[in-house]
Amino acid sequence: MAVEATEAQPLGKAVKRKEDPRLIRGQGRYLDDIVLPNMLYMALVRSPYAHARIRGIDVEEALKVPGVQAVLTGEDLAQMNLHWMPTLAGDKQMVLATGKVLFQYQEVAAVVADSRAAAEDAAQKVQVDYEPLPAVVDPFFALTPDAPILREDREEKSNHIWHWEVGDKEATDAALAGSPVRIKEVIRMPRVHPAPIEPCGCIADYQKATGKLTWYVTSQAPHAHRTVLAMVSGLPEHMIHVISPDVGGGFGNKVPVYPGYVCAVVLSLKLGRPVKWVETRTENIATTNFARDYHMTAEIGATEDGRVTALKVSTIADHGAFDAAADPTRFPAGLFSIVTGSYRFPVAFAEVDGVYTNKAPGGVAYRCSFRVTEASFLIERAMQTLALKLNMDPAELRRRNFIQPDEFPYQSALGWTYDSGNYESTLNKALALVDYDRLRQEQKERRERGELVGIGLSTFTEIVGAGPSHTFDILGIKMFDSCEIRVHPTGKVIARLGTRHQGQGHETTFAQIIAHELGLTASDVLIEEGDTDTAPYGLGTYASRSTPTAGGAAALAARRIRQKAQQIAAHLLEMAPEDVEWDGSQFVAKGLPSRRVSMAEVALAAYTNVPPGMEPGLEATYYYDPPNLTFPNGAYVAVVSIDRGTGQVRVERFVAVDDCGTVINPMVVEGQVHGGLTEGFGIAFMQEIAFDEDGNCLAPNFMEYLVPTALETPRWETDRTETPSPHHPIGAKGVGESPNVGSPAAFVNAVVDALSPYGVTNVDIPMFPWKIWEILKTHGLAL
Amino acid sequence: MDNGKRQSVTVRVQINGETREAAVESRTLLAYFIRDTLGLTGTHVGCDTTSCGACTVLLDGVPVKSCTVLAVQAHGHQLETVEGLEQDGKLHPLQQAFWDNHGLQCGFCTPGMLMTALALVRQEPLADEETIRRAISGNLCRCTGYMNIVKAIRQAGRTVAQTQEV
Repeated sequence: MAVEATEAQPLGKAVKRKEDPRLIRGQGRYLDDIVLPNMLYMALVRSPYAHARIRGIDVEEALKVPGVQAVLTGEDLAQMNLHWMPTLAGDKQMVLATGKVLFQYQEVAAVVADSRAAAEDAAQKVQVDYEPLPAVVDPFFALTPDAPILREDREEKSNHIWHWEVGDKEATDAALAGSPVRIKEVIRMPRVHPAPIEPCGCIADYQKATGKLTWYVTSQAPHAHRTVLAMVSGLPEHMIHVISPDVGGGFGNKVPVYPGYVCAVVLSLKLGRPVKWVETRTENIATTNFARDYHMTAEIGATEDGRVTALKVSTIADHGAFDAAADPTRFPAGLFSIVTGSYRFPVAFAEVDGVYTNKAPGGVAYRCSFRVTEASFLIERAMQTLALKLNMDPAELRRRNFIQPDEFPYQSALGWTYDSGNYESTLNKALALVDYDRLRQEQKERRERGELVGIGLSTFTEIVGAGPSHTFDILGIKMFDSCEIRVHPTGKVIARLGTRHQGQGHETTFAQIIAHELGLTASDVLIEEGDTDTAPYGLGTYASRSTPTAGGAAALAARRIRQKAQQIAAHLLEMAPEDVEWDGSQFVAKGLPSRRVSMAEVALAAYTNVPPGMEPGLEATYYYDPPNLTFPNGAYVAVVSIDRGTGQVRVERFVAVDDCGTVINPMVVEGQVHGGLTEGFGIAFMQEIAFDEDGNCLAPNFMEYLVPTALETPRWETDRTETPSPHHPIGAKGVGESPNVGSPAAFVNAVVDALSPYGVTNVDIPMFPWKIWEILKTHGLAL
Repeated sequence: MDNGKRQSVTVRVQINGETREAAVESRTLLAYFIRDTLGLTGTHVGCDTTSCGACTVLLDGVPVKSCTVLAVQAHGHQLETVEGLEQDGKLHPLQQAFWDNHGLQCGFCTPGMLMTALALVRQEPLADEETIRRAISGNLCRCTGYMNIVKAIRQAGRTVAQTQEV
């Protein structure tokens, strides 16, 4: 039951969200709601071709459109050396094309006008003379000698970007060769797009008189964006003020810096007026960073009784025209090395090769901690193939291979130290909830009646909370996060963090952490994020990192406040500080429980009556560099039936038991799980950004790119186990992406389970009805 | 048409009970008329192609996606937007229920979702889950997975039904 934010001891309670009162009134302030005096609007001219040489650009007619102020081309930017910009992945990306375009809808020119409509009108009138070139769409073809070289700017005359590998190849090959049971499965995660309902956009407002640039932007990482902008533009960083207002969903889409942002900034600098740019839906889906596009091959070795002996994975990663992945710098394939999952693989080896094609650049971590979705999908799918090969129940196979509770901290074969987990108890809870044994019996009976019924499992382990500075940085900046707390004289609090929520509920959950530590209620604590002039530096919100990093900072900053408060409390009680203790809500004299001081009383004293020699005030800042990542996990069970007439898969039940350590707010956690499962469902059944052979994007809008509506979305059954993280200040782990990471494999495993009696071991996602119907037809199952 | 000579037309609407009038280009879409001309930014634009429903408002009590209605088509008609839900400082039962049931996360789809739900609870306050899901199937939400939205609409519907009985 949801409780009000005035509840005492709020940690772990379903406190109603503090952000909701403005959002349910339509009083949120999203980027496009902001209107500044003298503001101009920008529209982009985009390439109709996936690969073409630009022979010339004629802007004359566009400049004649009433209200048009300027047109910017790649050649204009080249004069400022701004026609290329660095990507977070260490590659570079064209801002406005010069010479060649490399993907359909690529940015070619920017038009700025008095109104949005005039800018769009004028964009239509920019004439670009293209010479079409053959498009490279298939990443495997891109690696062949026949493929044209796409990136003429690079010294390497190849479409191969990088090779990355981890693990012991020789030992893995040997273990595979010596294993009595082996499986090999080709597993593909197609290109998808996060597609938040609010598209990306910005307002660049450069004031010539002050030399200050205020940059309103839909950003999941405002501080990182400020630093990148300072590096790219040469503007001094203290003269850049980034404001990320209410953000209408992100899911990784709002981490990178996009060409439209740079154009808006350049135009504002040039014209001395605010310039607004807001994407259309097509621009959002077809040009801002995609996710996945991993083409993977998995091999597992095992003993005859189902104990895994080795895992080998090779992957082709299609990055499109520019490697614009938003990964920590030292991880070109993100945290893909979590691919050994929840299982005790004695040896493993994984390799990934990045490839250029004529597609939009990427990829981002779409509700995912950097390629963890791909890794989890691979291992959970491959375990299903192994179970089929062994003719073993998939739950039993998992039990035989789980890392055991007493093995934590567990050193994985690919180098991670898992913090905590109790995988078997989480699985058992899920199996009990779904009544697994009875389900299997029912499945048998229904199969005898000719029904196609499947049960799919996924028992994933995630890796979130990047991250510890010894391993994680973005362009050299360490991936800590921060919290600054100010306690006002009346005992009310403002706290600011380096993260930026987009619906995750930080205004409530971080208030709960701080209030709990300070003996206050969540309503006493105002949380602010997204303003770089006021918030301490942090790397932002993505990859389920906010609670593991900034959440830790919030607790530790509050404890710093409490340390000072204890001195003040002792002063008020006229006792020595060591004779005063914190009872969880107030300071109490040891052995004299009636003598107590509240945090509000201490706060007042901090400004009116501090002990002699003490600095007045009650504030603290904490930059939290986590000692390790956190490893949330879960056990999911999908039950599906397949319509033999249409190929339509019906999800009859879906049980999700998540373990994200200490739960701050069960209502918010459940909401995150519902949302993530729904995106996982979309990825399994509907969402794909496909291309034709000429590189035309076949899903550039919500009519072609199908995201789940209320009609298709299954009813989720959720529960949890709580295995705290031993190293996090309050034992919490991340959770937002777990359901999106863990669920796709459960859906596919269920469909494969339904079809496995007929020899099917794999179905490619998304599992569109037509695709399933083709399989049914091939196996004589279609009605 | 020549860009320099776009026709200006006067559009007069009654919005949330108030009469508002403005001269706009004839091609102005209702969503932008509401947001940019009337300054009511609670109505959001998510796709411009009638797909996502973030821009849903009520036109004479019927939900429409205002990104694909011309402002002139609303001339002389009644409009309702999210800003009109709260009355005399009291949240509408739908707003209260969305808050109570965690029926929103980022909040961007919420105003459109509320307006679609408003038309439903007025017509059929005790609608079953299937009917609710069908009613909101033109409103995309990427955050919640819809379960808590459905729950919220059911709760609000019960409140509305009780009020009607009284």
